[in-house]
Amino acid sequence: MSTEILMPALSPTMTEGNLSKWLIKKGDTVKAGDLIAEIETDKATMEVEAVDEGVVLDLLFKEGEANIPVNQVIAIIGDPNEKVEVKKEAPIEKVIEEKKIEKNIETKIENKKADIIDTPSPKIEEDRNLSSEEITMRQALRDTMAEEMRKDNKVFILGEEVAEYQGAYKVTQGLLQEFGKERVLDTPISEHGFTGLAVGAAFKGLRPILEFMTFNFSMQAIDQIINSAAKTLYMSGGQINCPIVFRGPNGAAAQVAAQHSQDFSSWYSQVPGLKVIAPSTPYNAKGLLRSAISDPNPIIFLENEILYGLKGPVNNDINFSIPIGKANIEKEGKDLTIVTYSIMLQKSKEAALRLKEEYNLDAEIIDLQTLRPLDTETILNSVKKTNRLITVEESWPFGSVGSEIANIVQRDAFDYLDSPVIKVNSADVPMPYALSLEKLYLPQVDDIINAAKKVSYIK
Amino acid sequence: MKKLQKADYIKMYSFMLKIRRFEERAAQLYGMGKIGGFCHLYIGQEAVVVGILMTIDKNDSVVTTYRDHGHMIARGLDPKRIMAELTGREDGYSAGKGGSMHMFSKENNFYGGHGIVGAQVPIGTGIAFTHKYNGEKNICRTYIGDGAMNNGQVFEAFNLAALWKLPVLYIIENNKYGMGTSVDRAAAGLDLYKRGEAFGIPGEKVDGMNVFSVIEAADKAGKYVREGNGPYIIEVQTYRYRGHSMSDPAKYRTKEELDNYKQTDPIEIVKAEILKKKIATNDEIEKINKDTLEEIKNAAEFATNSPFPKDSELYTDVYL
Repeated sequence: MSTEILMPALSPTMTEGNLSKWLIKKGDTVKAGDLIAEIETDKATMEVEAVDEGVVLDLLFKEGEANIPVNQVIAIIGDPNEKVEVKKEAPIEKVIEEKKIEKNIETKIENKKADIIDTPSPKIEEDRNLSSEEITMRQALRDTMAEEMRKDNKVFILGEEVAEYQGAYKVTQGLLQEFGKERVLDTPISEHGFTGLAVGAAFKGLRPILEFMTFNFSMQAIDQIINSAAKTLYMSGGQINCPIVFRGPNGAAAQVAAQHSQDFSSWYSQVPGLKVIAPSTPYNAKGLLRSAISDPNPIIFLENEILYGLKGPVNNDINFSIPIGKANIEKEGKDLTIVTYSIMLQKSKEAALRLKEEYNLDAEIIDLQTLRPLDTETILNSVKKTNRLITVEESWPFGSVGSEIANIVQRDAFDYLDSPVIKVNSADVPMPYALSLEKLYLPQVDDIINAAKKVSYIK
Repeated sequence: MKKLQKADYIKMYSFMLKIRRFEERAAQLYGMGKIGGFCHLYIGQEAVVVGILMTIDKNDSVVTTYRDHGHMIARGLDPKRIMAELTGREDGYSAGKGGSMHMFSKENNFYGGHGIVGAQVPIGTGIAFTHKYNGEKNICRTYIGDGAMNNGQVFEAFNLAALWKLPVLYIIENNKYGMGTSVDRAAAGLDLYKRGEAFGIPGEKVDGMNVFSVIEAADKAGKYVREGNGPYIIEVQTYRYRGHSMSDPAKYRTKEELDNYKQTDPIEIVKAEILKKKIATNDEIEKINKDTLEEIKNAAEFATNSPFPKDSELYTDVYL
């Protein structure tokens, strides 16, 4: 009886991996617990252990082969006397439990891929300094931090696992090696303490970049962010500013459930004294992070874990920046406006393609980029042109960024509206764990299409 | 211990007296409705901040709690502008936007004035981090009330300060009550200065009614911190004569307890020492008393005549 060894999923967001090294060879006898291979994921290189026992009959990939999908057969072990044949091309079916609900939901992998449409917008393509090479969002963030740290030695980074571990999501990879442990500091798991410390350092003139492993953990430190960082300039009559960037992944990743999947965009956008930024592509991540690091105010920089692997062209000029407070018209259109930000930009783009194909609706997509200060001018101008508005975001519905936009638009462009504004948000419940429920919780392309139809009075 | 000169005695006496007279006047203005909101007085605790003051470099930083008026005076800030902040006027240190609990003077390295119990402790630790990062020989003095010593972020800050050997001197002002709750009803283990032991932070307990004891401890602790050995904790045993804030009748303690502490009044102790050592005569002390009263009266007058902030100030200083 032979056993297939499959490419394992080693992180919640991993869809494929690279086979960096085999630790076994054909003919070896492996026991459960033996190390068999080194796999490089989107986050780290990890060793994989055997779970079954037998003789290695075949290794189906060579060392160094990249982008092997999760659940692909990578090796066969079993009884050497038994004859086995496996086609490398044959994809392995998803597990039975998932098959049962296949009719209702797409598979996990397809779902994640559908999230990401990485065609650059027309505006970006006009950028004459656009790189020919595409890089990931995590690389764009990393490069920008490194560039700013080279320019100004008052810039330093601290957070959990940012140094030796190279970042929980590899966003700070290589920074320790280049800048040393005085400027790249691993902190204990002590958000309240190290956030207060960084705020104090910023009051005294340094320019900290503070990484929250995820923004979920920023709740431990929210008093220091709001009561200290955001308010002190005001309370000191303009004497003491706080040039700090709080950054890290925000919102849902993949099946990490209620305590690790919260979207904080509207929470922080409510606070005067903070600026809130949510990039959606490697290109704007670079330009916006540079503006954030050079800004004299406290910045909440909301990244997205699923977008870390998103590839796209960037502007490699070390002075290239995108102004805070300016939205990007990602796609022009005349029939309705979709205002969105962060990962929902990708879903909105997919919805816009289908709206055109299936309903001949030409949607304009506004990527907010900055949530506070909000670019109301761009939103209002668009609504005055299209007369219809939907907002799309991952946050809970009550008091969301879309709620404020709906308020502004009804106040300042009431006469231009041909239909009520519709908000597309996550479900008004804590994030569930189950794959099927998670998909129901998050805004999907169909939800956006339904909202667009509704504001266009299409049945 | 630091050798005190004659001028030092006069300086200590003057500062402590100035703080006392200032706070009495603030209480009066509060009663008249000229000062609003919360107002926490420092009367009784003067020897703590003045004792520490005698051992510092002006480039050292300081951060404290909301009981901050005395700290600002000791820092050498202008009582007129402190009082004008209490009355919420445009000449106040925070231009009338901070009030009693939130006052700052960046040019004097005074980083507040923090209204949230315990929040100033990581912040002070971060200021110390900056001194070290910049290669400066300065330290940050971070004051902590006894109430904050049961607050989690204080221990997070202790851990970081010890881990990274930061030049921070923690001064616990133990005035026996966190608002109306006595220390023994709030803290398991009454030796607050020992609470850094687990992190390897040395600590010591000092009589905070006696400024000379405070100076001795602060001198030793300050040297330890300045030499790069990491943080140090001083727990200063003190007492506030007034309630927690102006609206607190302090029913939770006895009159005898208060009277008992008044027997060891910190200002009287210095005065007695000055007379004993013949540093100044009774007449000379009387002159200091009169001048101080006059200075504070002027501060009150300034603070009640300074204009309210302009309406347009509502929207300034939100962003730089």
